[in-house]
Amino acid sequence: MTVRAAIEATLTNIAAKDRVLNAFTDVTAERALARADAVDAGKVTGPLAGMPFAVKNLFDVKGLPTRAGSAINRERPPAQRDSVLIERLENAGAILVGALNMGEYAYDFTGENLHDGPSRNPHDIARMTGGSSGGSGGAVGGGLVPLALGSDTNGSIRVPSSLCGLFGLKPTFGRLPRTGSFPFVSSLDHLGPLTRSVADLAAAYDAMQGHDPADPFCANRPAEPTAALLNQGIDGLRIVRAGGYFRTMQMPEATAAVDRICAALGVAAEVEIPEAARARAAAYLITTAEGAALHLRRLRERPADFDPDVRDRLIAGTMVPAGMVIQAQKFRRWFQDAMAHLFQTVDAIIAPATPCSAPLIGQKTFVLDGVELPVRPNMGIFTQPISFIGLPVVAVPAAGPMPIGVQIIAPAWREDIALRIARHLEATGAAVAQTTKDFP
Amino acid sequence: MTDAELDAIIDAMLPALGLHAQPAWRDAIRMNLAVTYRMGATVMAFPLPDEAEPAPVFEA
Repeated sequence: MTVRAAIEATLTNIAAKDRVLNAFTDVTAERALARADAVDAGKVTGPLAGMPFAVKNLFDVKGLPTRAGSAINRERPPAQRDSVLIERLENAGAILVGALNMGEYAYDFTGENLHDGPSRNPHDIARMTGGSSGGSGGAVGGGLVPLALGSDTNGSIRVPSSLCGLFGLKPTFGRLPRTGSFPFVSSLDHLGPLTRSVADLAAAYDAMQGHDPADPFCANRPAEPTAALLNQGIDGLRIVRAGGYFRTMQMPEATAAVDRICAALGVAAEVEIPEAARARAAAYLITTAEGAALHLRRLRERPADFDPDVRDRLIAGTMVPAGMVIQAQKFRRWFQDAMAHLFQTVDAIIAPATPCSAPLIGQKTFVLDGVELPVRPNMGIFTQPISFIGLPVVAVPAAGPMPIGVQIIAPAWREDIALRIARHLEATGAAVAQTTKDFP
Repeated sequence: MTDAELDAIIDAMLPALGLHAQPAWRDAIRMNLAVTYRMGATVMAFPLPDEAEPAPVFEA
């Protein structure tokens, strides 16, 4: 089969199924077919040759306005250049087929969008994909593409990976350049891939590595490829389960998922991550304050054009005293040191990814530990303390009636460890991307 | 903080920031501000020495 024929089949599948899933906001068919012809002609080669992929619509796609899930950004001029990560994936042979639905300005854990409609979970279309990379979760979970890119400020790759039954990688903060993506919180924004296999996850990640000085937070480190290391197994790795905070505020399916993954890894030891609740609080503060500062002009000039759920959080975020934000940044340094100390004696930590499997679309609250809480900010209670200090995490799918994921947290710059563990879990059948009846 | 205290902050800050909020938005803004200030109190309660500094270049 030619790559053109494969891409045509992908486009046909998207046209048929996305009417229900609502994962895509733009399909770049003409561009994709031209690229497919280039691969068929041998003009483009690489480890991802012919692999279709799509990106959360906060990535610049040449010729499209970068909407970032908003109505306001649709008025922007079309992007003049692709984001750097799209360029790198296409240089490795992958083929962009479109842009994906997301929560407005990425301030979201639901995958709902007032302007474009909610992305729908392929495992149960009445349920959320999780956000804010909701279309990324739906597109890969529904089998429309094998690879999608998302962003993760507080959990927005790991939450949809969990709810849609996928593998997702949030690399170390500063590992992948964010050049050509619409920001949310520059102190915390990460980009990364979602896939149905660990091999695809590592191949995409490897293709995207490398310094880019245009992102001032991108670390000047050489690429550290992982694909060849995946099958090294877990012998010698000191893996523990996160206790304390990570044992609270969850429904039985979240606990059971971590139980299953720990059993598969032979993990019995438990550690308490110090001050995890405070880390979550500090991440919350930095997020709301930086996000509000980013959008202040738009909040002044056209507040009625925002999704009200996002706008009212951002307006509150404009009112955070500077001293609180500075203390949160100082605490971030303290927490970073504390976790580095913890990682002197362990190689990876297992923790829940979300407090529950996918809530219903439109569901506003849930009950955790007997307390009714809003869904939107609380789906990320277990992801937020980890991205706060930029540690690399692979979210792995732990089978259940509805998908739910588990975080494999590694020391800074050791994505390879988390990927190796994920691959071991996949190879032993403990973590497998679930297929769906309606979207196989 | 009480609703009245939060409303006083909102009333003072909106004009200082050049923002205009419709009355119908008030309940949601107040609710979000209450959560934000609870998070702030949690963070501010942590003792850090005067020498504690955020990383100027944050590399995980």
